[in-house]
Amino acid sequence: MPINILMPALSPTMTEGNLAKWLKSEGDPVEAGDVIAEIETDKATMEVEAVDEGVLGRIVVPEGSEGVAVNAVIGVLLAEGEDAGAIENAPAPVERPEPEPEPEAPQGAEKVAEATPAPSRSGERIAASPLARRMAAQAGLDLSAIDGSGPKGRIVKADIEAVLAGDAEAPSSTPVGLSPIAPAAAPAAEDRTVRLSTMRRVIAQRMTESKATVPHFYLTVDCEADELLRVRREINNRIEQARVSVNDIVIRACALALREVPAANVSWAGEGTMTQHGSVDISVAVAIPGGLVTPIVRNADTKGLVQIAAEMKELAARAKEGKLLPEEYQGGSFSISNLGMYGVKSFDAVLNPPQACILAVGAAEPRPVVRDGEIVPATVMSCTLSVDHRVVDGAIGAELLGAIKRNVEYPPAMLA
Amino acid sequence: MARHSFDIAVLGGGPGGYVAAIRAAQLGMKACVVEREHLGGICLNWGCIPTKALLRTSEINHLLGNLDGFGFSAETVAFDLDKIVRRSRDVAGRLSAGVGHLLRKNKVAVIEGHGRLQGPGKVSVGRDGVPAEEIDAPHIVLATGARARTLPGIEPDGKHIWTYREAMVPPSMPSSLLVIGSGAIGIEFASFYRDMGADVTVVEVLDRILPVEDEEISSIARKTFEKQGMEILTGAAVTTLESLGDGIRASVESGQETREIEAEKAILAVGIAGNVEDIGLEETAVEVERGHVVVNSWNETAETGVHAIGDLVGPPWLAHKASHEGVICVERIAGIETHPLDVSNIPGCTYCRPQIASTGLTEAAAKEAGHEVRIGRFPFLANGKAIALGDDEGMVKTVFDATTGALLGAHMIGAEVTELIQGFAIARTLETTEAELMNTVFPHPTLSETMHESVLDAYGRALHF
Repeated sequence: MPINILMPALSPTMTEGNLAKWLKSEGDPVEAGDVIAEIETDKATMEVEAVDEGVLGRIVVPEGSEGVAVNAVIGVLLAEGEDAGAIENAPAPVERPEPEPEPEAPQGAEKVAEATPAPSRSGERIAASPLARRMAAQAGLDLSAIDGSGPKGRIVKADIEAVLAGDAEAPSSTPVGLSPIAPAAAPAAEDRTVRLSTMRRVIAQRMTESKATVPHFYLTVDCEADELLRVRREINNRIEQARVSVNDIVIRACALALREVPAANVSWAGEGTMTQHGSVDISVAVAIPGGLVTPIVRNADTKGLVQIAAEMKELAARAKEGKLLPEEYQGGSFSISNLGMYGVKSFDAVLNPPQACILAVGAAEPRPVVRDGEIVPATVMSCTLSVDHRVVDGAIGAELLGAIKRNVEYPPAMLA
Repeated sequence: MARHSFDIAVLGGGPGGYVAAIRAAQLGMKACVVEREHLGGICLNWGCIPTKALLRTSEINHLLGNLDGFGFSAETVAFDLDKIVRRSRDVAGRLSAGVGHLLRKNKVAVIEGHGRLQGPGKVSVGRDGVPAEEIDAPHIVLATGARARTLPGIEPDGKHIWTYREAMVPPSMPSSLLVIGSGAIGIEFASFYRDMGADVTVVEVLDRILPVEDEEISSIARKTFEKQGMEILTGAAVTTLESLGDGIRASVESGQETREIEAEKAILAVGIAGNVEDIGLEETAVEVERGHVVVNSWNETAETGVHAIGDLVGPPWLAHKASHEGVICVERIAGIETHPLDVSNIPGCTYCRPQIASTGLTEAAAKEAGHEVRIGRFPFLANGKAIALGDDEGMVKTVFDATTGALLGAHMIGAEVTELIQGFAIARTLETTEAELMNTVFPHPTLSETMHESVLDAYGRALHF
């Protein structure tokens, strides 16, 4: 089916922009990641990358058009084998709602062509002199990537000149996404300044904000995982096409525990309020080149292990290709970060705002445990729950973690 | 001998030193100022302030000479030079006392005497040539200022050959005056004495007067002064200057031509030299080059803990530059956020008639720096307020970078421009472009409208000319 290419929002406050230039013509093949057009705002020029592959079937908004509304259809991409006739049969473009200025979720890889605002709260004005703004615009520099040397960090002419003179690495206004600009033959041994990708900056900003403003506390339990591992083997052996991972079971264990302890299934909402989530939506951290994203298993408490496994596999694969839709990683009521596959014993995760809890899962490894007064070997997995104390107290956190531990140690509890 | 400890000791109580001390006190430092003569320094006692009092007098004299134009008639108008000079001294005295009050209010100790470094962290203070006090301070700010420069063979005698100091307290009004040097100091005295009725000749070694100003401004100034009756010789050097019984005689060489000029008095205004002597620099690693102490952009000398500001460290020799350096230097010492002084953003003002003020780059300097420029000009003769004042000489010139719209410089000559230039100084500090200046509403009718119009003119949009 033809895919509509929408006018992207380059910043949370952008409502319209100019379509400066098409870099592909009708009929040109397009690979995901190809730069297909340039968008201009009053602040900067940015490139639009294709998210899908296909053929540019139609240019709806010609280049040079001014005042194009965010989310307007600017072009149509045809999948392989489709012809232009398909465009006429395509459903009328649906106006997407204006993106939330404060997307709930997190470290999303920014997909410019997906009309998502930068998933950050840095909507505040960048302090820059009028002259610096104009010089940056003329040079196509992104002010948000430039450090200001003026009073209170204001970006001044000298900062732009330093970038233009090459004293600082030139941050082009093009969102570099997952592939940073290759430095021009930098000597291997020398330090160099690397411009952060948009995703990296969003992660930096959100994690700093979280660690600096959210009162974290941490609860750790050791879960014996022999039974879990046995159940996993059984399922994978006995159910055709089942490829359930330890993490999939942890997802379900957490989901059912949250249903049991709804007081932990909450998010900080500011201004004296919190959100009591009506569904259990588990965000799962997935490492991708240059950062991480947190695709969401929605209503995880209502889904069986096989379904969770299938969804996670598909979400993780698309996450690694940078093809998640915003709604697939924005939102969520609880997060899981699992570094067990790297042999990490235990760690404390930084909360994923505005969610109130995140579970850090370590490796399931053989350790001595004391059972009935005897030291015996067992497979033990340490789990640490990070909790936002503003909305969840220690007892609630402990209750949730206890339920998770029970589900992990005794998977039949998840049948109850 | 009394021995004191301070966090910071400032040598010199001029506009650099006393401001540095006040800022230090504000930042919680125990500070002292060592001053050998007058609080307020040259600026307040023998420079900026008393000359402004004199120039107010000469401005009034000029108006009195043109009473008819304003509808007045007066039989005899006369002045009493003693009273004029006394007023000027009173103004200086009042302000000097004010500085003392400011320092007391800020709990800055004032130590009278001649301060001298005794190595890092130590200052000795002498009175009447006798060591009187010793000061320990980890931070020392040298702010000893400067004095009039003299030329070999052309030295002031205090009688007929004056420096600014004698020129400020004339015992009688000279009928004729030779001014050597056409910088701000020379031109202000030339303007004062001309408006008070003296025959004034200005000699400048460079090819134009007010050589630091934009060429167009120099040229307008010259024409205006000549219209007022001054004689101006540029590209001319005074080769000999003799003090005679009742006046001076000078040989002025201009190209192949040599001219003898006789006058009642001569004023030497050929620049200034830093007061680097006898302040103990030889006890330290502080470097001196061509009469000025060498400092970095934070006013730090080569000796740790020893700083230097103001005229002592070089041009522009301006009180407001010294004060700013004092503040920055002390803030740096205190470790709070501060920024080095941008020398191109120090406005220069000359209070002659008409006044001259400028900030940033001249047109020539901008081009030399590689800028493609846009130039705006607007004359005061098209400004309603200037016409109403009966003072419509002069113009405002603005220099923009054609590409970025940066305001590179502003150059003004005309009524009250010394009060107007701060608008462009703020614009430059904030780094506005022509757009913000155009969007600013200038009140009508004011002289400041010429600034707006000059900006508009740079973009072909002047409305009233």
